Amino acid sequence: MSTPSHALHPSAGERALRLGVAFYAIALVAIPLVVIVHVAFADGFDAFWQHVSAPVAKAALWLTLWTAVLVGVLNVFLGTATAWVLVRYPLPGRALLSALIDLPLAVPTLVAGVMLAILYGPSSVAGQRFEALGFEVIFAPPGIVIALLFVTLPFVVRAVEPLLAEIDPAEEEAALVLGAGPWRTFRTVFLPAIMPAAISGGIRSLGRALGEFGSIVVVAGNIPFETLTAPVFLFGEIESGAPKTAAAVSTVLLVFALSLHGVARYLEEHTGARDAAR
Amino acid sequence: MQRAEVELLRMTPVPAAAVLPSVSKRRTVAGQLTLAAIVLVYLGVILLAPIVALVVETAEVGFGPALEAVMTPDALSALTRSMLLVVIALAVNTVVGTLGAVVIVRHRFPGRRLLSALFDLPLAVSPVMIGLGFLLLVGRDGVFEPALVTLGLKVVFSFPGLVIGTLFVTLPYTVREIAYVLEEIGTSEEEAAVTLGASPFQTFFRVTLPNIRLALGYGLLMTAARTLGEFGAVLVLGGSISGQTQTATTFIHDAIEERHLAGAYGMAMVLAVVSVALLLVLEFAKSRRQPATAGKAGT
Repeated sequence: MSTPSHALHPSAGERALRLGVAFYAIALVAIPLVVIVHVAFADGFDAFWQHVSAPVAKAALWLTLWTAVLVGVLNVFLGTATAWVLVRYPLPGRALLSALIDLPLAVPTLVAGVMLAILYGPSSVAGQRFEALGFEVIFAPPGIVIALLFVTLPFVVRAVEPLLAEIDPAEEEAALVLGAGPWRTFRTVFLPAIMPAAISGGIRSLGRALGEFGSIVVVAGNIPFETLTAPVFLFGEIESGAPKTAAAVSTVLLVFALSLHGVARYLEEHTGARDAAR
Repeated sequence: MQRAEVELLRMTPVPAAAVLPSVSKRRTVAGQLTLAAIVLVYLGVILLAPIVALVVETAEVGFGPALEAVMTPDALSALTRSMLLVVIALAVNTVVGTLGAVVIVRHRFPGRRLLSALFDLPLAVSPVMIGLGFLLLVGRDGVFEPALVTLGLKVVFSFPGLVIGTLFVTLPYTVREIAYVLEEIGTSEEEAAVTLGASPFQTFFRVTLPNIRLALGYGLLMTAARTLGEFGAVLVLGGSISGQTQTATTFIHDAIEERHLAGAYGMAMVLAVVSVALLLVLEFAKSRRQPATAGKAGT
């Protein structure tokens, strides 16, 4: 990309603009996060480790981690399948369906939680069905997974959709002419084109799932060792005046979030995959 | 699929190869139907059923009582507060998003990529965490607490806390949208304007701004939706004090805790309706944006 010549010799105004923007971002984003890490390690690494490895904290982190990974993986498959159907099948009402995909970006996550609690709660028809089968959804891990799936639904679909639409039909025809079956055609023509986007979308949904709070707080029941996720645990510690424990657990989540964020950004910048949340 | 196959039969020079796809055609159709069914069930269970459930359940409680619960002074004050936050977030992010995107995309300086990553970061961290970060800074025993006390400012558990939380979570939306478009359109138009003697201000307002207008609008819609829906950050920083720092979302949370179902469902319906309306505008904006991005996707 060409650089405007004036960028090499910034004027006073440009320098001020740059400083102003940097100051805003640093004050709003960097400093609060740095303070969390600082407080987490203020009493040394041992103290940090004690907070993080306390049984309740460990259980909360573990629950958050496995549900988030599960949701990330499910999203890669279900999201790709959804994008595939939306792009290639002449379904009636496809435009409406496509608009629905963005709904989780607009609906408050707390409202999503309320909806799911109603739908799968013990007093609803669906909830009673599940209960009769000996299968609890609300106040149990499946509820957490469903809530996370709702919240992260657009990530993979929106990343894969434009790439699928862009693939030259000639490539597919060539594969079919050469005798490739539908599965082999998918693997050789479509998969290489959409894989980085599907994976970066999956990572984005994993990252989002790690931090989700609003929908979880309603559907999970927040029982320690059973359905208490790390963000909800974090909130409880803040409320009960234990900021050091909260900071320690936050730091662990932050490390995960930053690494995932970095990987997703790398994939998006180096493979042409695009972030779906736009 | 079908059209592609017809084309194929007409064009292929080797008939034997053309027969192959049609042999497996029946199996393909069955596979397509299965895939479509899986996706439709998935979207139905995850997306549609919850919305229907909210409407049905609210009807069971009664739309009248739900509406009444939303018209109480506390509920109205929470809604007004959320709207006020939306107005503030829109105003601030219009300026910050535009300037931030220009700096990230057009300027060259060390640390530019780091700054760009900072603008993206709020999407990756939990809102609860950011609440904690600011509590540690400006809350009780916080680093800046003495200074704030001297100045007589109250941030945590008061309106400024809500504003800070909101500005944090909404930071990425306008910047990302505008930065993306700025990168796509390149600098040739701006360079032409400068060459023709336009001042930086003229160039910005007459060349750059018209190009990014739609992206800005799209980012602002996302900002509005996110502000209305934000829960974790405003709960931690605001404390959800009824009539003082309660927002629409924290109102729902408190109503659930108090088993005040009419209030919870009523407010949830209000937010759901508003977010669906925002979504419709969003889809409209998207359909208008499509040609511009699609044409440039190859570059």
